[in-house]
Amino acid sequence: MVKIGVLGLQGAVREHVKALEAKNAEIIVIKRVEELEGLDGLVIPGGESTTMRRLIDKYGFMEPLKQFAQQKPVFGTCAGLILLAKNIEGQDHAHLAVMDVTAKRNAFGRQRESFEATLNVKGVADDFVGVFIRAPYIIEVGEDVEVLATFNDHIVAARQGRFLSCAFHPELTDDDRMHQYFVQMVEEFK
Amino acid sequence: MNQQTGTDRVKRGMAEMQKGGVIMDVINAEQAKIAEEAGAVAVMALERVPSDIRAAGGVARMADPTIVEEVVNAVSIPVMAKCRIGHIVEARVLETLGIDYIDESEVLTPADEEYHLDKRKFTVPFVCGARNLGEALRRIGEGASMLRTKGEPGTGNVVEAVRHMRLIQGQIRKVANMSEDELMTEAKNLQAPFELLLQIKEMGRLPVVNFAAGGIATPADAALMMELGSDGVFVGSGIFKSESPEKTAKAIVEATTHYQDYDLIAKLSKNLGTAMKGIEISSLQPSERMQDRGW
Repeated sequence: MVKIGVLGLQGAVREHVKALEAKNAEIIVIKRVEELEGLDGLVIPGGESTTMRRLIDKYGFMEPLKQFAQQKPVFGTCAGLILLAKNIEGQDHAHLAVMDVTAKRNAFGRQRESFEATLNVKGVADDFVGVFIRAPYIIEVGEDVEVLATFNDHIVAARQGRFLSCAFHPELTDDDRMHQYFVQMVEEFK
Repeated sequence: MNQQTGTDRVKRGMAEMQKGGVIMDVINAEQAKIAEEAGAVAVMALERVPSDIRAAGGVARMADPTIVEEVVNAVSIPVMAKCRIGHIVEARVLETLGIDYIDESEVLTPADEEYHLDKRKFTVPFVCGARNLGEALRRIGEGASMLRTKGEPGTGNVVEAVRHMRLIQGQIRKVANMSEDELMTEAKNLQAPFELLLQIKEMGRLPVVNFAAGGIATPADAALMMELGSDGVFVGSGIFKSESPEKTAKAIVEATTHYQDYDLIAKLSKNLGTAMKGIEISSLQPSERMQDRGW
């Protein structure tokens, strides 16, 4: 059985735990650096990326998370995608900067413009309901990044080796096929 | 077209993303930036913080759109704003301004003493205050996507927020343990929609996020509310009425994340300067009790 952590500094932690618990995995909520030890994979949940970044700095998570990402699979949703991205449009500095994509924050607009839509997510499902909340999208990907889903020609899900990211919130629906996909990734990398 | 805005999932989901965080009252761009820098998950744009509204008296209304826009342009985190209870037009105006969440709030003078807004009709999500489960479920029934305790705003006294959170959590536990044939009578007693009681029984919790609000003034207050089962914390006057707002803001954010780490809370509580001066609840006249506005 694989051991997967959910970064629990802020955001939709409970929902990810619930979605993963149904799988053949042991789930741990990570609030301190030491707790990364022994994990096979990590989920960075949706939340406020600015807030999460402040707390990552405050608790010295930056380097340990980068190191973790050098070796183990990481799945970022929404704010998690922003934290993983190598570049962020309009900002000089990215956060973990481990996944070779350029993200645009609040790319679909404010909360008023937030929406849900059915997506074709390659290797996951052709009828996946994506819940987009003040969501980002990916405007550029590196050579070895595979685009898994687009919406209105914008990239909303991608994979690069052990990194998986999506702009929507699979944890807010009862559909756990994205989580299943990630658990399989973790099993393959273990 | 395959794209739906304003669905329950999108509106409630927005509040889910705020969990474990602190939402701070601000009255200008400068305060909004301090709040964002301190790690707030959202800011509430106001003309005056609740303790000043209390002091000023008179009719408190929606903030001047200039202030709201100034705050929207200053930060990248979500911006909330308050409209008066039942004031359909203030709510529509805030929606037009692109506000991310509207607080139909008892802190402002109610525009309607009988009817709250039909919040289902809006694309923008709403947060509403509640003192007990019946009130919470009536607001959800009207379409609120997020709840908060009413507490007693602008007092710096946490006792009412504690009372409301304790009561709501206890009532949820009671409903969760009832048999289904008891629920209709409970719905009658609580004056709450039956279907929502069924949902609570099934989920064992409210179907929306519930934050603490009203009187939270210190890091320990924020941690206490988390301990009692809050999903996050609103801090109104507690930050910018304290002696050192920047330090207090950061300390409250950290105490909310690590609400059971008492060593840390001890450290965070050191040298914060004077917290806002509080008000003893029993010294308030009935007309000064904001929590009794709305039903």
